[in-house]
Amino acid sequence: MSEEFVLELENISKEYSGNPVLKNVSLSVKPGEIYALIGENGAGKSTLMNILFGMSVIHETGGFTGKVKIGGQEAKFTSPADAMLAGIGMVHQEFMLIPGFTIVENIKVGREETLPTIASRVFGKSLERLDTERMAADARKALDAIGMDINEFTRVAGLPVGYMQFVEIAREIDKENLKLLVFDEPTAVLTESEAEQLLSVMQSLSDKGIAIIFITHRLSEVMAVARRMTVLRDGEVVASKPIAQTDVVEIAELMVGRRIEKLVDDESRSVAPDENAEIAVKVRDLFVDMPGEMVKGVDLDIRKGEIFGIGGLAGQGKVGIPNGIMGMSPASGTVEVFGEKVTFSKLGDALSKGVSFVSEDRRGVGLLIGESIAHNIIFNTMTVKGGFLGLGKIISHHQVRAHAQSMIELLDIRCVGGSQRVGSLSGGNQQKVCLAAALTLKPRLLIVSEPTRGIDIGAKKLIMEYLTKLRNEEGLTIIMVSSELAELRSVCDRIAIVSEGKVSSILPPEAPDADFGLAMSAVGSKEVE
Amino acid sequence: MDSIKRAVNSFGLPRVIILAFFVFLLGMAAFYDLGIPALLGDVIRRWGMFGILVLAMVPAIQSGIGPNFGVSIGIIGGLLGSLISIEMRDMGYFEATANPEVVSVIIALIFAIVFAGIFGFLYGLLLNRVKGSEMVVSTYVGFSMVALFNIMWLLLPFRSGTSIWPIAGEGLRTTISLADDFGGVFNDLLAFELGDMSVPTGLLLVFFLCCFLVWLFTQSRIGMMMRAAGSNPNFARAAGINVNKMRVLGTTLSTILGGIGIVAFAQSFGFLQLYNAPLMMGFTVVASVLVGGASVVNARIFNVLLGTFLFQGILTVAIPVANQMVPEGNLSEILRMIISNGIILYALSKSREATR
Amino acid sequence: MSILNKVGKYLAKNNVTVLFVILCLLAYHYSTFTLPTLFEELFIRIGRNTFLVLSLLIPIIAGLGLNFGIVIGAIAAQIAIFVVVLFGGSGFTGILWAVAICTPLAVFFGYLVGSLFNKMKGTEMIGGLVAGFFSDGIYQFIFLFMLGGVIVVNAPDLMIATGVGVRNIINLDGNLRQAIDNMPMINIIDAAFYAITAICAILIIFRLAKKRDLQIKKLLKAFLPVAILWAASWIPAVGAFMSAPRLLLLYAIEFGVAGAVIYQLWKIFASKVLDKNPELPKMRLVYMGVAGGVYAITFIPAMYEALSMVNLPVLTYLIIAALYMFIPWFMNTKLGQDMRTVGQDRAVATSSGINVNKVRIIAMIMSTVLASYGQIISLQNIGTVATYGSHIAVGLYSIAALLVGGASVQRATTKQAVLGIVLFHTMFILSANAGAQLLGNAQIGEFFRVFAAYGVIAVALAMHAWSRRKGGQTLGLPAATVVVPAKPPESGSK
Repeated sequence: MSEEFVLELENISKEYSGNPVLKNVSLSVKPGEIYALIGENGAGKSTLMNILFGMSVIHETGGFTGKVKIGGQEAKFTSPADAMLAGIGMVHQEFMLIPGFTIVENIKVGREETLPTIASRVFGKSLERLDTERMAADARKALDAIGMDINEFTRVAGLPVGYMQFVEIAREIDKENLKLLVFDEPTAVLTESEAEQLLSVMQSLSDKGIAIIFITHRLSEVMAVARRMTVLRDGEVVASKPIAQTDVVEIAELMVGRRIEKLVDDESRSVAPDENAEIAVKVRDLFVDMPGEMVKGVDLDIRKGEIFGIGGLAGQGKVGIPNGIMGMSPASGTVEVFGEKVTFSKLGDALSKGVSFVSEDRRGVGLLIGESIAHNIIFNTMTVKGGFLGLGKIISHHQVRAHAQSMIELLDIRCVGGSQRVGSLSGGNQQKVCLAAALTLKPRLLIVSEPTRGIDIGAKKLIMEYLTKLRNEEGLTIIMVSSELAELRSVCDRIAIVSEGKVSSILPPEAPDADFGLAMSAVGSKEVE
Repeated sequence: MDSIKRAVNSFGLPRVIILAFFVFLLGMAAFYDLGIPALLGDVIRRWGMFGILVLAMVPAIQSGIGPNFGVSIGIIGGLLGSLISIEMRDMGYFEATANPEVVSVIIALIFAIVFAGIFGFLYGLLLNRVKGSEMVVSTYVGFSMVALFNIMWLLLPFRSGTSIWPIAGEGLRTTISLADDFGGVFNDLLAFELGDMSVPTGLLLVFFLCCFLVWLFTQSRIGMMMRAAGSNPNFARAAGINVNKMRVLGTTLSTILGGIGIVAFAQSFGFLQLYNAPLMMGFTVVASVLVGGASVVNARIFNVLLGTFLFQGILTVAIPVANQMVPEGNLSEILRMIISNGIILYALSKSREATR
Repeated sequence: MSILNKVGKYLAKNNVTVLFVILCLLAYHYSTFTLPTLFEELFIRIGRNTFLVLSLLIPIIAGLGLNFGIVIGAIAAQIAIFVVVLFGGSGFTGILWAVAICTPLAVFFGYLVGSLFNKMKGTEMIGGLVAGFFSDGIYQFIFLFMLGGVIVVNAPDLMIATGVGVRNIINLDGNLRQAIDNMPMINIIDAAFYAITAICAILIIFRLAKKRDLQIKKLLKAFLPVAILWAASWIPAVGAFMSAPRLLLLYAIEFGVAGAVIYQLWKIFASKVLDKNPELPKMRLVYMGVAGGVYAITFIPAMYEALSMVNLPVLTYLIIAALYMFIPWFMNTKLGQDMRTVGQDRAVATSSGINVNKVRIIAMIMSTVLASYGQIISLQNIGTVATYGSHIAVGLYSIAALLVGGASVQRATTKQAVLGIVLFHTMFILSANAGAQLLGNAQIGEFFRVFAAYGVIAVALAMHAWSRRKGGQTLGLPAATVVVPAKPPESGSK
């Protein structure tokens, strides 16, 4: 059989505890082809790659259906090592390198060249001694192949980020039988010139017959190097075509486009504040040093009584904005809430200025998992405002119980009672507890980050309706940060899209799909024109 | 069958084994006719004796530093306090008061709290810099303090005849009798006999009072903030709580309780033990709270009450029972080593990355 | 200027070592010890403890930190020695028996501890310490109650008068006492000669059979020096000299210097004359100069006196030297490199196909086995086993010594081990005497050395934890970054 394809994925489906994340995904990659895989976060790209590499997450959650074929043969990988043996490699977004090792050692890690010794003849191969010369020669060859003239005995620690990326590539191409290399957002951490060099390295690898799967959100790079592409959306292939037959606008549209979810009735949205309304939040030149979500200079003006959405792809910095304002990550710049300046370095300063925050990391930041619902609801109010304390500053259990009960009824939290541990609640109900805790503080500004992550549609609808009601009836200003564009478009008055740490544009919810797609994909409107 | 399994699981297998072992020992004691009431009286006395030291684990674990293996630092504070009290009694300061014993124990406690408080504060600052390795660091800091104070016991200018070696006059004795000072003040308070069983009411009252105060603290605003800082530092930060401050608070409280604990311990024991006596105390105390169902990240007052009772119960009952079976030997000490270190290993292997 | 900077940096980086050098100098100054008495005592202790300290290195490299569990290896050794003494083993054969018994025990114990450590990644050090205490408890239970109580042991010399439990002291006089130390040099040379002859013969036969290159030159290089030594031992005067089991330190240095000079001359000769290399190898001359310098030191009267007081137990020191050379060699093997990888980053190791748990267990087995050998060496030198005490301080003092040499929780070399032993034991020997002279109380000095041991470990652990926290923030390399789903699957409940 002629090897027409290095990799064929046939009808791959996968679900995580009942939620389908991949539905009948098929794609095939030819030798020496650069194949772009495009999609929003949660579209299923990572899951697909996890399946390809036989990662343990997949087996532990019940495996998948469909076939993975390498060179026409069905492959069943049970660990990344199997995939490695079959000639599949990956260049990670976050480097899998050992800083204390030299470049040679890193390139050869786990695959060291050895020479037999007397001991190894008696006790087995693991006592063979390292053949440093051959290892260095191999490493040199791999480095030369990607045009990197650095001493191969340099330690990785202290190398510029771009160099680390190239060391990773060198490690992969040093594997003799490498047929397919996956690049996961490789240019995200690179400077412009490094990114260009990387693209040319990808070209030269492809010329040598190595197929490449290129995962990226930078559509201009896709256009520059890829030959074919597949767009995933909600776990399904929405399009699969040669690059020559498409353009940036179409890809952006394919990536984003979907039916608008009706989470909130139209009439309740009608009270958006007009342009002359008071400015509630003024953000100037905000930088946030949050690992994986860096914010690099954001300016925003949010009006009183507005529901303001912040969207964008994961890792682009949208989540960094609320975390910077709340003092969870080091930040600089100015944020004024109703004219009062927030001091980032002072822990809890935003809280005391009337800002409540519902964190995207529910279990990690949002809740005390081991404590009761009631304690979670009143905790911040008690610490920040000294509420719910009775005689001698001891917590007043009857006040707490009464308040918790009222919040449970108000938000329809499904539980046995206020004394139930939040750890035993479902995701949606935990989220309602977080919201109840934020509202108990009686904020002037409410920031909700990823409010619907991992919760069911019923809870989602309830939360969205309640947020809209709060705004309509009490004039509460709300900032909503979310990866779910549809959700933002269904409740927000305006939506800022954050890309590479900056606001790329602020759009009304009814703006066309392509505009959102382009804003997210770091293609400025100029480039399209 | 399933429900039994679940019950065992929720109670924890090691606790089931330990409880069964305790019941078995009691059965053996009854079989050998060793006088159960007297033994139980002994168990209760030791329960009160060790109780406050074990209680010192609660603020430490709750504030997030984990089991305080370095509780010996607090113990040293308590020993200093007691020595000062003995010295003052010797100089005749308390004789004018109505009840010199009670005054001397109060003075001992006050100084114990002061010294343990200072030590605990500094120790807390250190532990903030070694987050993730608190257990091993605190163990060796505790060991170092004991070794340092071995030197100090030789050098400190105590002059009381009860405290220093009689002939050479160089340094403090290894064990100092408290018979003339505050020995037994708590134990004898309202003590009564129930058949062969003697109940040290005062000691238990002091122990329970300490437990109540610690519980009350955990229900206060600052106590809840400390617990939040321990159980979820990120949550605490989001709520505007200074996690490091809370950890220092927990460490200081734990150390102070260690100081109070050793005073209560010594008055019941009748002697003050210096030099290497506090060295391994941390392990016994940590093991006790773990026996009671605590983990390296979670501890409640109930764990203290149950754990201390079971642990001391086994050690107390085991000696006479073992002596019936094997004529001699120091089985109690060996049993202590095996049980305490075994339970700590079990807790560590269960905690995995949770404590890192 | 830059040299001053460098020196300053070096001093700051090795502050514990520098502090100990100062402490040792001060203690020496105040103590009544003379250089010869100090040297005599010091070299006994080096022979006793170096092997144990070297047994700590492998777990450090494999990322398991300081192995407080070497106590368990020491326990294995004591069990083996008890059995050997019980069955009347003696002399070097007795030692071989002890090794044969303790090896499988130590392998088993090491396997158990390694498996346990795999369940407590990140808290191995406290785990090792507690595991040591736990094993001590079990060991005491067996030796105090089971032996004689349950298992009948008919050896009144070894057992407590009641017949239950092993005595506090096992006397090794007349059986294992200094059985390694007292091995005459001539026997060692004979054994080495037979061994090298056998190995060469086997290799030649093997290579002939497989029709491989014989590599006679390489074989000769290994065979000739031993053969020459062996031949020399037939000269009566040399033979008489070699029949002693000890070697005067002075002679050891002289032989070493002479050997180095001859070796370097041979190399120069080989490169200049045989390989016709026009360049004069400068480094060789430097080495010879250093050797000459060392030789010159022996002419300082105080040094001469000290060096001619010290007798080295030859076989013991050879065994230590063998381990000293084995560890770097081992680190250059595939398994050694795997251990380094695991020690640096477990996630990378896993994704490169290394079985992390297995490598960690092997490291623990090696450490435990080496520690048990170290304890045998130490106990045969002391000549008595404190049944319930000999093993207890092993972990504490070995680890303290290693750290004093400048090692840390993550990095340790053989050189640091040796330097640490010299410094720590110098302080150990002098402190009681210096304390007595300085403060009029010998006990203070004794307490001080215990404090120093604990203190050094506490400081090293604290500094490690501190730098790890700081390092973790600046390096920005996440510990575990295998591809994880961008959206973690949330099951809804729990």
